[in-house]
Amino acid sequence: MRATPTVLDPAGFDLPESQRRWLRWTIYIGYVALTAGIFHGLAQALSYANIDILRFFPGLRGYYQGLTAHGVANAIVFTFAFSNGFLPLMTARALGRPLVGGLVQATCVVLLAGNLLVIYAVVTNQASVLYTSYAPLQAHWTYYLGLVLIVVSTWLALVNMLVVYRRWRRDHPAARIPLLGHIAVVSYVMWFLASLPIAVSFLGFLLPWSLGLMEKVDPLLTRTLFWFTGHAIVYAWLLPAYVSWYALVPRQAGGKLISDSYTRIVFILFLLLSIPTGFHHQYTDPGVPEAIKAVHAVLTFGVFFPSLATAFSVVAALEIGGRARGGRGLLGWVTKLPWGDPSLAAQMLAMLTFVFGGISGLINASFTMNQVIHNTTWVPGHFHLTVGSAVTLTHMGVAFWLIPYLTGRGLWSRGQALTSAWVYTVGVLIFARGMISAGLAGMPRRTFRVAAAYSNPDWDWGGMLTGIGGTLMFFGIAQFFIVIAMTALAGARGAHPKDVPVSETLTAPASTGWERHLDRLGVWVAVTIALCVIAYGPFLAMYLPARLVSPGFRLF
Amino acid sequence: MKVHTYERAFLWLGAIVLVACLVALLYGSLGLDIHLPSRAGAIDPQQVASTPPFDQPGVRQIGPNQYEAVMIGRIWSFTPAVIEVPAGAEVTFTLTTPDVIHGFHVEGTRVNMMLIPGQITRNRYRFERPGEYTIICHEYCGVGHHTMYGKVIVK
Ligand code: HEM
Ligand SMILES: [Cu+2]
Ligand SMILES: [Cu+2]
Repeated sequence: MRATPTVLDPAGFDLPESQRRWLRWTIYIGYVALTAGIFHGLAQALSYANIDILRFFPGLRGYYQGLTAHGVANAIVFTFAFSNGFLPLMTARALGRPLVGGLVQATCVVLLAGNLLVIYAVVTNQASVLYTSYAPLQAHWTYYLGLVLIVVSTWLALVNMLVVYRRWRRDHPAARIPLLGHIAVVSYVMWFLASLPIAVSFLGFLLPWSLGLMEKVDPLLTRTLFWFTGHAIVYAWLLPAYVSWYALVPRQAGGKLISDSYTRIVFILFLLLSIPTGFHHQYTDPGVPEAIKAVHAVLTFGVFFPSLATAFSVVAALEIGGRARGGRGLLGWVTKLPWGDPSLAAQMLAMLTFVFGGISGLINASFTMNQVIHNTTWVPGHFHLTVGSAVTLTHMGVAFWLIPYLTGRGLWSRGQALTSAWVYTVGVLIFARGMISAGLAGMPRRTFRVAAAYSNPDWDWGGMLTGIGGTLMFFGIAQFFIVIAMTALAGARGAHPKDVPVSETLTAPASTGWERHLDRLGVWVAVTIALCVIAYGPFLAMYLPARLVSPGFRLF
Repeated sequence: MKVHTYERAFLWLGAIVLVACLVALLYGSLGLDIHLPSRAGAIDPQQVASTPPFDQPGVRQIGPNQYEAVMIGRIWSFTPAVIEVPAGAEVTFTLTTPDVIHGFHVEGTRVNMMLIPGQITRNRYRFERPGEYTIICHEYCGVGHHTMYGKVIVK
């Protein structure tokens, strides 16, 4: 294979230990949250199998309190803690410069403070409103403020990345930004834009309302603002995983990324299309014209396209790796890939589960067809194949090199690391099979099935698979946690990777021509805002001013 | 470079599949006259009990073989809890809620809607087969959520 140019600074990158330490702790917050969250995850899965283990949970006052904890801990804290550590690190590595120390610390501290507030509210059962926080169910103000702080921590991480980028740009006025830096920054810029509506909802309505400064809120408006952010949030979870798939995984597999420009285009498409699609979560809502829902359906199909491009590009990079290791024939390269490397294996399993996640997602997006599955267990079945596996397994795989890299200690047991990923994968596939089939038979999500006043024998088989798969998932994550804790505490000193595994590309970035425009973040942000105005402007123009009709309800 | 030829082919194929799916959706909605809930009017949630038609919830005939079911979802029941319609009837469901967000899913059908305080929810469905259909509130609405259900009896 011919040598390829790389614009990464090959020497001179050494993140100071003071920054590594804070990045590490930021990411640890996420692992602790993940591990805390799976206990109630297990209880939920078993509840759908008609087995009640909740009474063995001391201090828990009910299913929905635990479900709130599960959603927040796993989908919000775990994911963003990881991104808050991972994306700044990728930026620093790509640009060969340290981060801003104060901001690294602030990111971690604000994230932790937000967590403590949320934990207080949830543990004292003053916030059993689920992570979607739909008004007029009203939580204690510490819950809303805590979530706001978690979002603020992501903003701080982005500011850090932008400052580093700016400094790098000053020194390299004419250079293309290295690919890894570009896609890391674009990921969090997308999330920043996406997070603004929820910030408006929380700061403008829910927080003052929970403090008693505002008597009533508008349930449809706050819900719409939630989903304005809420679809893009799933891409904020996914894009850091894509950063690893595009920019790191090829190297780990012994291959190369096929195209610099294609990768940048994919991330720019995600920036443009992730946000103006939120009404696909509100297909069954009243008060929103059907035509607007249809526009969002089309845009949602549009945002599927860069994921298709990703499927091709990432698999092609793996194929290059497999063939370089002697793989022959149509599929012979698959078995030649280094499946014994837990980091790579976990991420390839993540890609596998994501095939099913993507297909089931397209069905969710399918407009009137959504009425068959909306709010049935089909939906959690679907998203445990996306955030609950494609993202989670990728984060697990990345952890297997990242934690050694950040701690200076070797991975504590390769075998156990591999097993944890496989157990989780098998578990989540069985789990999702159960949730999806029972969902088609109408089994409702967000429902304490063991105690439900109604039942249906058609749910029994799917419910049982949910319980079996969920149990395996639980053990997979528990084992992962042990591997990480043991690595941090007892991994062999010095046996760690000395660098981030950054891939080379087959085609280098062009130094002239239209491709340079892919780096013009300001322009793409402007186009994104324009698309959001097109997607949400007509609704807001028709709907506003806010209809403040609902006082708060605390029914938990 | 061959990879790029394959990539282009793959992306074209993907785009064509997506467009084909969209055309199918268009047909499924406009062609088959299946619709999503949409704008059906606003209401003050604190005045539901005195606002027509919710001051008299229940089923009424509105045309030959056409019925309107006016219902209220509240913590943690539906009013009326049971409705009856003849087989083959086209039923327009008109609902709202005086308290928090609820769900309304008639099992085994595509009647699947959200009840949001301040909004009226409406959709139409023709019940061809006789039988008992469970209505489930499938949106979390507080501690009693899993006890909230109702019934459509098709005779
Ligand atoms: C041991 C592993 C896990 C198990 C057994 C599990 C099980 C479940 C079950 C059964 C539900 C549905 C509960 C209901 O609707 O009543 C659920 C919901 C959910 N899970 Fe998991 N899960 C696991 C891990 C994860 C992970 C890793 C993530 C994300 C990174 C995740 C994110 C979510 C979210 C966002 C919800 C929706 C919460 C809501 O409806 O408010 N789960 N989980
Ligand atoms: Cu979405
Ligand atoms: Cu409910």
